[in-house]
Amino acid sequence: MTMTQTLKKPAAPDERVVKRNPLQKLLGRPEVGALVGAIVLFVFFASVSQTFIQPNALATVLYGSSTIGIMAVGVSLLMIGGEFDLSTGVAVISSALTASMFSWYFSMNVWVGVALALVVSVGIGYINGWILMKTKLPSFIVTLATFLMLTGLNLGLTRMIGGGVSSPSISTMDGYASAQAVFSSSVNIGGVDVKNTVFIWIVLVAVASWVLLRTKVGNWIFAVGGDANAARAVGVPVKATKIGLFMAVGFCGWILGMHNLFAFDAVQSGEGVGNEFLYIIAAVIGGCLLTGGYGSAVGGAIGAFIFGMANKGIVYAQWNPDWFKFFLGLMLLLATIVNLIVKRRADASK
Amino acid sequence: MNAKQIDQQQLLKDEKDPLTHTPVHLLSLENVGKHYGNIVALTDVTMAVDNGRVTCVLGDNGAGKSTLIKIIAGLHQHDEGVLHIMGEERKFGSPRDALDAGIATVYQDLAVVPLMPIWRNFFLGSELTSGFGPFKSMDVQKMKDITKKELADMGIDLRDVEQPIGQLSGGERQCVAIARAVYFGAKVLILDEPTAALGVKQSGVVLRYILQARDRGLGVIFITHNPHHAFPVGDRFLLLKRGKSIGYYDKKDITLDELTAQMAGGAELAELAHELEQLGGHGDIVKEVQAEVAGTASAGAPAQLRT
Repeated sequence: MTMTQTLKKPAAPDERVVKRNPLQKLLGRPEVGALVGAIVLFVFFASVSQTFIQPNALATVLYGSSTIGIMAVGVSLLMIGGEFDLSTGVAVISSALTASMFSWYFSMNVWVGVALALVVSVGIGYINGWILMKTKLPSFIVTLATFLMLTGLNLGLTRMIGGGVSSPSISTMDGYASAQAVFSSSVNIGGVDVKNTVFIWIVLVAVASWVLLRTKVGNWIFAVGGDANAARAVGVPVKATKIGLFMAVGFCGWILGMHNLFAFDAVQSGEGVGNEFLYIIAAVIGGCLLTGGYGSAVGGAIGAFIFGMANKGIVYAQWNPDWFKFFLGLMLLLATIVNLIVKRRADASK
Repeated sequence: MNAKQIDQQQLLKDEKDPLTHTPVHLLSLENVGKHYGNIVALTDVTMAVDNGRVTCVLGDNGAGKSTLIKIIAGLHQHDEGVLHIMGEERKFGSPRDALDAGIATVYQDLAVVPLMPIWRNFFLGSELTSGFGPFKSMDVQKMKDITKKELADMGIDLRDVEQPIGQLSGGERQCVAIARAVYFGAKVLILDEPTAALGVKQSGVVLRYILQARDRGLGVIFITHNPHHAFPVGDRFLLLKRGKSIGYYDKKDITLDELTAQMAGGAELAELAHELEQLGGHGDIVKEVQAEVAGTASAGAPAQLRT
């Protein structure tokens, strides 16, 4: 048996397929621009600041990246699916407020509030997606409306129920300790405290990558973003896929919202505005096309890591943090140009 | 212009209704109509599709060709008449329903997702999976192998099934879509103007695949506005004009010239030809120009003008 197997000739390779070297293969990946950017940025900060490469500092950078990266996972998938969501920043806070206010007002175990927050977060995603599919309006308009409404609801309901701009402290309530252990704790690795959001982030990226590349749902996500009409015509459930993506974004928002809540014990109702752009920027830097149909979950993660490095690196280099936005803008511009070249090449003979 | 119209019963091939043993068509439309609000898009269209036969639907822009295929493909529902599949009355709620009934459509413009690799496009909507429950994943290697093999069977020798389908030529993309439909067990294959955007050579390639699909026993509906493409491959021809059927012919009863004439509306075409002849030969404008040219330049100019 082994003899025949070893004797069997391998299928003759097609002579027209020139064996691509690994570098060329890598250049064809969506996240390559981000990867190069991340390496350049890392080397740069490592050379200007001694503290930047200390394990403690790296753990802080990773933590900062994870708070963006968790959302960037959902947002990347959504952008590959051809839509984007402006309500994510405040939806995270809505989720945290729901959990804290509900358990505080009814004096219940915080886990009840956490469960309700999950329903609310995924529900917001569902409503976003459903309105979008029903009205066929651009997602920019629909989610901008949700963004404004949620901003108002966060402020209004918090004042109405709690009587302030921040949710009341829930640190003494039942279940707080266990919820904090799940959503905001640290793991000691070799003397360095690493926040557990880093691990949640890595798991989410791994799951999202698997779904995207190895399941039929992933195939559908690429298809609805690439050409929704073509996808529908071959029998892909376009509406369900897109609504599902919005719900996935809601789920990521729930995880981050719970972390925000249990990292302290209260949430400011006016927070979160503007963060939606950070998630979108992370996804775009990571190689997701704004027009949909192309990108990767790993790319979004690298985008978030770039964000974390620039954010903390400037502090470690003891510069004025004013420079941060400049870096972010430059990265965004460079990444989009790389993406544009990639898309042109893919469409080359169209 | 006296070509004999088709009698429905004559065209029945060997298919029988499994219960009553009476002959049935693979797919048939009887007096089907569709209106969008107060706009009548299609009225009283009757046609049949059988195994191993190519039914051509011809018509100019706005004749109702698209509406007709959208009804058969499940994108729209008809308001009048009946649609039979193997003798059973059906009305499709979605493209998925039509696909499940064995009707596959290859659209001219939206056949594929350009940025996705060929193998992902090939299996889009009908992915092969292995594993159980939430851990079901796609069988990527098998899908790639099948794609390569199926396309090779259709005579398309691909370099790499991993390349984005947008990099293929228009004709190749049509062929991938046809191969996909054949592989997924389509009984009826609808081709929506597959040759409209293609050059002469590419059109020839696509027409050959139509014949291949026919020889594999599929019932093919070939929609086109070009009688020169329809006539060589078609077995019967349905002519549409302004949402109505203006003729339904078997190939033996009609010639290419008659078909072309019918499509353009007989008398209208004759008139147009006459007009063109006048313009080309002795039209007033030509005369005027000729006179002008003769007055200023050499005598060779009018001859050049005419060419």
